[in-house]
Amino acid sequence: MEACSERIVLYMHEYLDEDIPEDHKKMLEYHLETCRACRQHFYELQKSIFYVQSLPNVQAPPGFTGRVMKNLPREKKRIGAGRWLKMHPFLASAGLFFILMAGAMFSEWHNPDEFSVTKNKDIIVQGHTAIVPKGKVIKEDITVTNGDLRIEGKVEGNVTVVRGNEYMASAGDVTGNVEEINEVFEWIWYKIKDAGRDAWKHLK
Amino acid sequence: MEAIVDRKIKQVMKGDQNAFNDIVELYKDKVFQICFRMIGSRTEAEDLAQETFIRAYIHIKSFKQERKFSSWLYRIATNLCIDRIRKKKPDFYLDAEISGTEGLTLYSIVPAEEKLPDMQVETLEMQEMIQREILKLPEKYRIIIVLKYIEELSLNEISEMLDIPLGTVKTRIHRGREALRKQLGRL
Repeated sequence: MEACSERIVLYMHEYLDEDIPEDHKKMLEYHLETCRACRQHFYELQKSIFYVQSLPNVQAPPGFTGRVMKNLPREKKRIGAGRWLKMHPFLASAGLFFILMAGAMFSEWHNPDEFSVTKNKDIIVQGHTAIVPKGKVIKEDITVTNGDLRIEGKVEGNVTVVRGNEYMASAGDVTGNVEEINEVFEWIWYKIKDAGRDAWKHLK
Repeated sequence: MEAIVDRKIKQVMKGDQNAFNDIVELYKDKVFQICFRMIGSRTEAEDLAQETFIRAYIHIKSFKQERKFSSWLYRIATNLCIDRIRKKKPDFYLDAEISGTEGLTLYSIVPAEEKLPDMQVETLEMQEMIQREILKLPEKYRIIIVLKYIEELSLNEISEMLDIPLGTVKTRIHRGREALRKQLGRL
């Protein structure tokens, strides 16, 4: 069964679009009351719409978002770092501190082989070797960097040799600890202990 | 909601990928649904929906904040669907007018598909049939039927989104409804 006229069918669609002038609506209503074919046509239109609307909602498959994110072009590193800093301000500052500290220590470690020794009038320096002469007593800690230390006399304190060796003559004597540091990690550890000791002294 | 989306989009524009994650979560079902109803296959729909979001991400800078984000996103999705449909387009459509006739389409000369036993058909079968009928629509009608009756957008929104005059949208939805009526109206 086909509807009467195109005009009436157009009004049906205007009605379905919810955009129908009042006079068209009146005409449509009047016509539908009297024309069975048009009533049928209008009913079929509404029924088709109802069928389409009755389709269930479908959902994106599981894991969809993850797959999208994986396939995005890589973001700029700067943003990632910025977001991380915002999320972990404490870790970030702690991290920064360690980086700077380690940087400073490493650069100290890599300093050109500058020889240094604790200043003491009784210590003799020969080239890259510091000597505690026989019969002398040094009443403080001694640190030698980038060189050797030969102890023939007596040291009443700790001895530390960084990147060098410590030789003790048979008559030599050290009352404190003797430490040789030749690895960069030992060096860092030593610096940290040192800083800790300083801090402790200041606290006391 | 709009405010949240706006904020997220600004973050994405600055290059923050995590903000985009939330955008995908928010719109994935809608976008997938448009693709699925336009294409009819879940695998292809997922493919197209994925592509939609990736394109949206890449071209986010061309999105203008005074527009509705969802419209912009759906436009990408529908364009991709239409491209896909055109690539595998059959030679003819049943409701294309037969040349030399007026208003006569293949629907009117091809016998209607054999009637299903009665109204007791399984819901699932019924849904598949409705979907098949939607897929038979030429894509320019299909898209409007899907946006209007499945996504429940207004004709004005559709006109704005697809950048088609309202009058054209109306003509297309009228033709779409008539085509559906011929197949679904008599069940």
